[in-house]
Amino acid sequence: MKRAGFTSAWLPAMLLLPQLAVIAIFFYWPAAHALRSSFYLQDPFGFGETFVGLSNFTSLLTSAAYSRAAWFTVFFTLIVTFGSLSIALLLAVKADKVIRGAKTYRTLLMWVYAVAPPVAGVIGLIMFNQSWGPLKEFFALFGWDFKLGVNYFDTAFAMIAVSIWKQVPVNFIFFLSGLQSIPKSVREAALIDNRSATGRFWDITFPLLAPTGFFLLITNITYAMFDTFGVIDTVLKGQPGNNPMTLVYKVYVDGFRGNDLGGSSAQSVVLMVLVLALTVFQFRMIERRIHYT
Amino acid sequence: MTRISLASAAALALFANAASAQTEISWWHAMGGALGDTVNQIATDFNASQSDYVITPVFKGTYEEALTAGIAAFRAGEQPNILQVFDAGAATVIAAQGATIPVQDLLIDNGVDFNIEDYISGVRYFYADSEDKMIGMPFNSSSPIMYYNVQALEAAGVTPPKTYEEFETVTAPALVEAGYIPLAQSHSPWIWVENFMSRHDLPFATNDNGYTGLDTQILVNSPELKMHWNKVKEWRDAGFYEWYGAAWNDNQKPFEEGKVAIWMGSSGSFGGLSKLDLPFDFSATVLPYWESVTAEPKQTFIGGAALFAMSGKSEAENAATAAFFQYLTSPETQVMWHKETGYVPVTTAAYEMAKAEGYYDELPAAEVGIEQLSLPAGEYTKGYRMGFYVQIRDVMNREFGRILAGDTSVDDAFTAIEAESNELLAKFAQTQG
Repeated sequence: MKRAGFTSAWLPAMLLLPQLAVIAIFFYWPAAHALRSSFYLQDPFGFGETFVGLSNFTSLLTSAAYSRAAWFTVFFTLIVTFGSLSIALLLAVKADKVIRGAKTYRTLLMWVYAVAPPVAGVIGLIMFNQSWGPLKEFFALFGWDFKLGVNYFDTAFAMIAVSIWKQVPVNFIFFLSGLQSIPKSVREAALIDNRSATGRFWDITFPLLAPTGFFLLITNITYAMFDTFGVIDTVLKGQPGNNPMTLVYKVYVDGFRGNDLGGSSAQSVVLMVLVLALTVFQFRMIERRIHYT
Repeated sequence: MTRISLASAAALALFANAASAQTEISWWHAMGGALGDTVNQIATDFNASQSDYVITPVFKGTYEEALTAGIAAFRAGEQPNILQVFDAGAATVIAAQGATIPVQDLLIDNGVDFNIEDYISGVRYFYADSEDKMIGMPFNSSSPIMYYNVQALEAAGVTPPKTYEEFETVTAPALVEAGYIPLAQSHSPWIWVENFMSRHDLPFATNDNGYTGLDTQILVNSPELKMHWNKVKEWRDAGFYEWYGAAWNDNQKPFEEGKVAIWMGSSGSFGGLSKLDLPFDFSATVLPYWESVTAEPKQTFIGGAALFAMSGKSEAENAATAAFFQYLTSPETQVMWHKETGYVPVTTAAYEMAKAEGYYDELPAAEVGIEQLSLPAGEYTKGYRMGFYVQIRDVMNREFGRILAGDTSVDDAFTAIEAESNELLAKFAQTQG
């Protein structure tokens, strides 16, 4: 095969430039700005500021509200990730077996993907509405007095349910294509060795899906931590009250609602560090152990 | 290329023509729904009333969103001429001297007669600085009042409670007996902290409720307020009071549905409620008070929002803003706004005009908000000025929710509110450094 190359360094540099510019303007510059702001307390209108060193960070450590949000984020991320992955996997395995009307089933399972998070939140609000929501009435049949926005647990339940529902289709698409890329010969060989469908799934299918699963694990953690913002915002209706919120939402509440730029920047720096850690974990710890054929 | 420059030249010419004829100003506000329609009506009427200026109102979402949008725009040099800022954001915008032109200076510099005494007493100093200079133009001013379902109270054989003692011993048990949830309320920090303080003439914060300094400490961890919230918790447990969360409408809805007999909301809700086809007659009266706390209840603070003239605009535009403010505070406009929305008229002249028209003979409940604001003033009823107050309200809402859910005790909640609020106030003082 012929090796293509550039004769001068200019062309590749020029080709890279747009991408680099986008990263610099929309990522590095704001990130640097946030890092700087996190050491200051600043007048919202930008008139005055005071250098406060690490006090924005130390006040996070001592804040009961922040630690509640942090624990909720951990709990929320685990449940949303596990819930959306397992439901999607189950649906994908079942949909993979369907032969008649397969396309219809698949389309129906996928189309929630097109719903924007705030819209998903609105649908959640309607379904769980405290005075007339259909799901609220369904729960009432079992004696569960569901109260969205009043009861911490119930509000968390609604946020988690909507977030999972919204994410299942993406996972489903990936799992389904992962399943379909498992060679037929492998499956047939497995069929001879093991008659139990469950056994074949855990011994053959599941390990072969591992690369897809790992990729989805990382994207789902990111989704639960960051992209559920729209869902949470709609469910809280702009009045956080005593309801649960994730760390990303707290950055918004303190910074954009409360106008505390320094405190909010410190929180976003904490999140940047978390993302960095997640990325290192992804590349160092697991990529080595998972084989992408 | 030619086409683009042609088009832009044409646009420029058009713009230049318009600019030479009329001065255009923008007004960012947070009035949605029926209120937004009335805001648009005022703008249309102002534009039709003269030919020098054109005002364009722009709806920017909730109060918090409008304030944040205004701040972001100011930092980018793209601020509107007029920004509506709500009570809780007043400290932020007033502390940022240079962000706005004090409305008193704006009016006087542009030859508009201004006398702070023209404004009704409850409204006069809320958006003023420590020297009583008016910084923001009071616009939609409201007061928390007590609405009630006339048929429900009749069925229970009671009258609207004058005191909380009467509520818990007479009104509430009778309403429960008659099959109603006696009480709901839409804004705990506003009604049961801020206005609790003014109604009972209790100090809300040091430094004259925060007006005279930045090193302010909040005074909510007080025996009176804790007594009240212990009662609120008892009422909820006894079925005298129901709490539907921190969102305004979730608490108003059950009243509209006729499930809740008494609802504490804003006098600014009057217009909206009147336009609904409710299954009962409603009326309103002043907020109750605790006889055990005071024998002489006072006026309440105003809620709602004020209009601020943003700085960095040309003199011609500032003149337009001044002309609009003059139009807005004219008795005719005020009375129209008052009747459409239920917000109080901000000037005495407008109040007199509504009275003379016989509006309150027709609808006595429409006068409750302004009556309450015109009750005798006390030492601590002028208002309050605290930075990061939006966050302080969020802290209160969170802790009140936790009290009502049984997650914390009243004592612990108020200790937490005091500590977090004071930390926020100290932080705000540092932002001004």
